Amino acid sequence: MDLTPDDVRDVVRALDASGLDELHLELADLTLTVRREGAAGWTAEQQVHRRPEVERGEPVTAAATPEPARADVPEGSVAVHPPLLGTFYRAPQPGAPPYVEVGDEVDAETVVGIVETMKMMTPVHAGVRGTVAEFRTANGEFADTDAVLLVVEPAS
Amino acid sequence: MRIRRLLVANRGEIAARVVRTCARLGIESVLAASDADLDALPARTADRVVRLGPGPAAQSYLDPAAVVRAALAVGADAVHPGYGFLSESPALARACADAGLVFVGPSVATLEAVGDKLTARSHALDAGLPVVPGGEAADLAGARAVADRVGYPLLVKAVGGGGGRGMKLVRTAAELPGGLDVAVAEAGAAFGDPRVYLERYVTSGRHVEVQVLGDGTSAVALGDRDCSVQRRYQKLFEEAPAPLLGDDVRAAMADAALALATHLRYRGLGTVELLYDRDRGSFHFLEMNARIQVEHPVTEAVTGLDLVAEQLAVAEGLPLRLHAGDVAARGHAVECRINAEDAARDFRPAPGRIERVVLPVGDGLRVDIGVQAGSVVPPHYDSLLAKLVVHGTDRADALARARTALDLLRIEGVTTTAAVHRALLDDLELVAGGVDTGFFERWQARRRDLAEVS
Repeated sequence: MDLTPDDVRDVVRALDASGLDELHLELADLTLTVRREGAAGWTAEQQVHRRPEVERGEPVTAAATPEPARADVPEGSVAVHPPLLGTFYRAPQPGAPPYVEVGDEVDAETVVGIVETMKMMTPVHAGVRGTVAEFRTANGEFADTDAVLLVVEPAS
Repeated sequence: MRIRRLLVANRGEIAARVVRTCARLGIESVLAASDADLDALPARTADRVVRLGPGPAAQSYLDPAAVVRAALAVGADAVHPGYGFLSESPALARACADAGLVFVGPSVATLEAVGDKLTARSHALDAGLPVVPGGEAADLAGARAVADRVGYPLLVKAVGGGGGRGMKLVRTAAELPGGLDVAVAEAGAAFGDPRVYLERYVTSGRHVEVQVLGDGTSAVALGDRDCSVQRRYQKLFEEAPAPLLGDDVRAAMADAALALATHLRYRGLGTVELLYDRDRGSFHFLEMNARIQVEHPVTEAVTGLDLVAEQLAVAEGLPLRLHAGDVAARGHAVECRINAEDAARDFRPAPGRIERVVLPVGDGLRVDIGVQAGSVVPPHYDSLLAKLVVHGTDRADALARARTALDLLRIEGVTTTAAVHRALLDDLELVAGGVDTGFFERWQARRRDLAEVS
């Protein structure tokens, strides 16, 4: 259990009357530090240490995480990484044609896909002028910031 | 039926908040968590945790079968869906009923009636509520017919859902075909339902909503909230009561919300969203949300109610224990949504690891939060980390206390919108109150101009 805001407020009330400026509480499952912040009031830092014991339900499937995309690219080629981690999509919406295909000419500003992070969409730009050589991350796959989404062969 | 063991089928701050009411009421809470949330703060505060499925929401929080399996696996007698995810899903409500579980929410028929925005509109009309002039746009010809009747500018909206997706502003007849196409595509992608409808665009509108609670026979209105501070249709800052409304308008809004709830024989907690036209001084029905809202704490702060407890009571089949005369708003409350977003980079999401959380405490302060130091903010879900709720004797007092509280609040490790709120609370237009939904964009433009001058 954590302490409720009412519990913490009771601690603060007791402290306020005491003239103390800081209190550190260590309980079995949590630690709490309450501090006087000058005239502005009080703050609390609480840490719940209890480790949840997860019960059955859906079995954890080992195959859920796909192999990370190969990170190495051929010499002279350029790897396109996501601007932030998220789910990579090659088209603006399901059923729509992909932004680009292998063999397409792109320049630095060309949108080559989108990344969905926390329900928000961020466009992925090629970042370089050249030709799309291959995709390393499939449509709908999760990509970390260092993942290779696709490889572009720069124009000479 | 008495609820003794509740499956909380949600995550983040709302899961932690529902768990808290369970603890107070002596109900055993079981959190249904995805793989990304098995060690999150709500998993540590709930009595028990059951695995719901993989991280991506489609395979966990959005899968009605997985939710019901989790509930049955732990022997829960009820399911609380929180907000978002499956909270307004007739499929989950039906699956719960089939499995003998109480769904903490309205009936399947009500969810279907208000989930379809066109059906909701016609129910509102039947209940005597004013609706924004508009109508269905089955195709371009149909859309042109509606446009001829109500005039431009227009808003194209998705029949199947809200939240700003599938919504497009159309200023002229020339923009109609393109706007319609984009809205249809977005609506289809977001809600699996490409149907759209048109509404007259109110240029200076405020988003005011009324909290209602019903037991299936009678209903009660529990006050209003103002949620006009929005960025791209996403609420950032809310308050209760809605400021600068005449007593007559406020009473008419409450009556309208009550009329709709009564007409629907509504059972559960719900919110009737209204658009208040600042130029005309009138209001129209927008939509009804058949679930607990993110911003419910501002209503709790001024009424002293625990809305989750009331929601659980009507879900148990108990008659309303609140009546219109019992509920009075005391003082004023504001809420700042603290999101893991980087305002300097167009509010780009900022997932990562939380390093430290320092929260203000004291009378009139409440922080609903789903993270602590060491928590990982996963990329799969929305960016809401915490809600700072501040209750004051009046609006000026609430705003002053909120400024101090924001100065003390520290969430380190990821970029948050706390600093945006701190700056917002110094804005004269916001301080004056009663801003429209276009306010936040104007405020951002003003800030950009200031930054360029200095």
